[in-house]
Amino acid sequence: MPLSYSIRNLWTRRLTTILTASGMALVVFVFAAMLMLAQGLQKTLVETGSSDNVVVIRKGSATEVQSGVDRYQASIVETQPEVAIGEDGQPFLAKESVVIISLHKRGTKQENYITIRGIGKSSLALRPQVRLIEGRLPRLGTSELIAGRSLAERFEGSGLGETLRFGLREWKVVGVFDAGNTGFNSEVWGDADQLMQTFRRYAYSSVIFKLRDPSQFDMVKKRIENDPRLTLEAKRENRYYAEQSEMMATFLRILGTSLTIIFSLGAIIGAMITMYAAVSTRTSEIGTMRALGFQRKSILSAFLFEALLLGLIGGLIGLFFASFLRFLTVSTMNFQTFSELAFDFTLTFDIAWKAIAFSLIMGFVGGVLPAVRASRMNIIESLRAT
Amino acid sequence: MFILKILIRNAFRHKLRTLLTILGITVAILAFGLLRTFINAWYGGVEASSASRLVTRSSISLIFHLPLSYKDKIRQVDGVKTVSWGTWFGGVYIDEKNFFANFAVDAKSYLELYPEFLLSPEETTAFLRDRKGFVAGRKLAKRFGWKIGDTVTLRGTIYPGNWDFVLRGIYRGRNETIDETQFFFHWDYLNEMMKKRGSARADQAGWYMVGVTRPDRATEVALAIDRTFKNSLAETLTETEKAFQLSFISMSETIIMAIELVSFVVIIIIIAVVANTMSMTYRERIGEYAIFKTLGYRGWRIAGMIVGESMIITLIGSFLGIVLTFPVAGIVGKMLSNYFPVFNVAEEAIYMDLAASIIIGLIAAIVPTYRSVRIRIADGLRRIG
Amino acid sequence: MAPIVEIINVSKSYWRGNRAIPVLVDINLSIAEGEFLALMGPSGSGKSTLLNLIAALDHVDSGAIQVGGIDITALSENELAEWRAVNVGFIFQFYNLIPVLTAFENVELPLLLTGLSRRQRNEHVEMALRIVNLEERMDHYPAQLSGGEQQRVAIARAIVTDPVILVADEPTGDLDKVAAREILELMDRLNRESHKTIIMVTHDPRAAEKARVIRRLEKGFLNDVHSQDPH
Repeated sequence: MPLSYSIRNLWTRRLTTILTASGMALVVFVFAAMLMLAQGLQKTLVETGSSDNVVVIRKGSATEVQSGVDRYQASIVETQPEVAIGEDGQPFLAKESVVIISLHKRGTKQENYITIRGIGKSSLALRPQVRLIEGRLPRLGTSELIAGRSLAERFEGSGLGETLRFGLREWKVVGVFDAGNTGFNSEVWGDADQLMQTFRRYAYSSVIFKLRDPSQFDMVKKRIENDPRLTLEAKRENRYYAEQSEMMATFLRILGTSLTIIFSLGAIIGAMITMYAAVSTRTSEIGTMRALGFQRKSILSAFLFEALLLGLIGGLIGLFFASFLRFLTVSTMNFQTFSELAFDFTLTFDIAWKAIAFSLIMGFVGGVLPAVRASRMNIIESLRAT
Repeated sequence: MFILKILIRNAFRHKLRTLLTILGITVAILAFGLLRTFINAWYGGVEASSASRLVTRSSISLIFHLPLSYKDKIRQVDGVKTVSWGTWFGGVYIDEKNFFANFAVDAKSYLELYPEFLLSPEETTAFLRDRKGFVAGRKLAKRFGWKIGDTVTLRGTIYPGNWDFVLRGIYRGRNETIDETQFFFHWDYLNEMMKKRGSARADQAGWYMVGVTRPDRATEVALAIDRTFKNSLAETLTETEKAFQLSFISMSETIIMAIELVSFVVIIIIIAVVANTMSMTYRERIGEYAIFKTLGYRGWRIAGMIVGESMIITLIGSFLGIVLTFPVAGIVGKMLSNYFPVFNVAEEAIYMDLAASIIIGLIAAIVPTYRSVRIRIADGLRRIG
Repeated sequence: MAPIVEIINVSKSYWRGNRAIPVLVDINLSIAEGEFLALMGPSGSGKSTLLNLIAALDHVDSGAIQVGGIDITALSENELAEWRAVNVGFIFQFYNLIPVLTAFENVELPLLLTGLSRRQRNEHVEMALRIVNLEERMDHYPAQLSGGEQQRVAIARAIVTDPVILVADEPTGDLDKVAAREILELMDRLNRESHKTIIMVTHDPRAAEKARVIRRLEKGFLNDVHSQDPH
């Protein structure tokens, strides 16, 4: 059977085709959106941090906020031979303090928790993906801050030149940095010692250093974790951040999957209704074609092709609209770290073809039974129908 | 009811199509109900919160603690009836995946402040007497198979080390909005350990829970408490329990809005599908409707038949959808038990389901009804032969 | 001329529950090549059933049918389909054109089952359309053609594979007087000039007039031969 037969039939019953395809488009949209969200989340957290850096936190704490590394322990970490030596001849290492404060989003009174990171001299250098785009770096020993771009845009008081008030002090934002797709974009950075003083914290949260040789990670990890003086654990920086998104990613996955399953059932039913109706309307046509000598399987494939085409149309429409999601930034609280995280919807080729495959499967499942019915019709009876 | 009989027979003339349409509606109502349940679950804490309880925490953020000495100062504020305090422990039970809320509280005042946690008098006494005792919610105990007297070990993340606790009581919630997955133990136990280790965290409370004498004084008392600690080293932010819960929810606002949007789009799509079916059916029966007219049936009677048929299909579908929502919500709730301690199908969701299905049934019938009222007998009859 | 269709002791019944209702009883019939045969009879006499059997659209209960020397009652479902494609041309009462295909494409349809190249197919289609005098309308859809024109397209489709037999079931049933006459003249021409064997079921006496042989069926039985001169 010519392909144009199926195509033209879909065109002739335009309204029905559009309605059914829309149902499928919605499902594909939700499916793609869920995958894009998970991908965007993963990308953000994976790109946050590099595999050449090591994050050392207290054993058992899942996040920097919960962790505490006192000065004594931090100095022991500093002496590890695997720590790279920086340009200044000093260990390429930073001791950081991370806490959470609450800020208002611009234009609302609603509070959101955001991460504020006390940094050391080498902190910026340790993270080459972070670039200053406005203003200047904060002077150590002062109450100056720099804010990540996502944060500066959305939160009151965190833009260039603005002032934040906490801990009975005023902090001036002297610069804005862009950290690409990473979680750092939702953070505020300032001098670790100043911040620790303000918050009366006597221990750092974490120690970050660059490996002299990336393959030496296991060695230094083993030494740190087995050292009786230390109660620390070491992770590669990117792995550390990836783990922080697991709960969130799982949640999104469960939500998205249950929605997709239910919706796809609906779309398949819609496709079945449409295809059964198509078969029923064209009963005498089917009889004619069989009379002319077309085999059962030709009839089957013609109708199946129509259903697949329906699915494909729905899939393309859904994917088309889903691709606009790329312009949206999701800002929400990461359950695990308890603080603000902003990330985008990311569309990859993998997601796109999965979405199309999914729509084709829906078309197939919706169309197979009606197509079988069409192929098994009795010739004489179908010729009698008008 | 003769009319009902006719409507049902008509609706099922084309069994397969009707069945599929009903199934489609069932799925859509199920989806809608599930989404509303999601949203409801998110606001779960808000439902359970009391108007006569306040939460006082550090004004910087929840992760900063307040001095224990505050408890007396708060007690002295006019309008305060009870003061309790707690600290988030964040311990891990065997694996991070087994997440549940665990925290230390000042036991006696906490139980006083939360009468919706039902414990037997023996359990209460046993708990208060055992410093290492803990109380768990019914759902939590069931999940891990804990029995009274069992020793449970939590691995501290904020407070390092392995901590042993003995289960002394299993509480039931007073109604189904109450979270039955909490784990709380004695604050004194935690504090003693901190003092022994010489930790800076000793004599600190994560937050204070304040019971007020009258709910209408809540805001006033909240402001008074904050004023007490203004310009001190640890400034406070006090709000009603409800506001406290809402502030967390609003942090995930984007996701909630997205879900709300999707739930309404579902309804629109299903209207389209049912309308499609109704118009297909109508197209086939135009001749019949013309005949009815020749017999003297007026337009509105025919309209009534069409709408009636549409409503029957829709209502059967939504009934099935509503019935299925419960088991499905149960399954999804179990999968998400880490995130949502309470995942119930709200009464409100059911009403919305019904309203949605009536709207669907009516809108789907609009165009066929309009056409049938307007059809000229001759045109209709011509279509038969 | 040699018989092109041989119907030997054919019987067929329809089943209602477990009751068998006989439709054709022990039919024996020979149709010569180039014959123009009309099958007539009251409604329910089995004439359409007999036609369906000859065209291999249905199966006999007992007996055999040979068309062009092949025993079609012994062929499987798939083999029958293949056989029909090349050996039978159909003309239905309600034309049965595919509404989403143009006149050209409708006529081309049977050729898609053969192995002919596109160029060869085009030649055959154009020729068939020329014979029925519809070449200028070949790009129109059925909805844009009159009843008579649609039936002519159907006839073109029926002859495009140069089949062994042409089978027509009430070909003029849905046409007005003028169109009916045109169609019958066309069929007459096909029979006389192109020597096509035509087997037609009808109860239109004007249609029967064009046929050269008339056989009547009553309650499943075939009556005596009734030859007549064409006029």
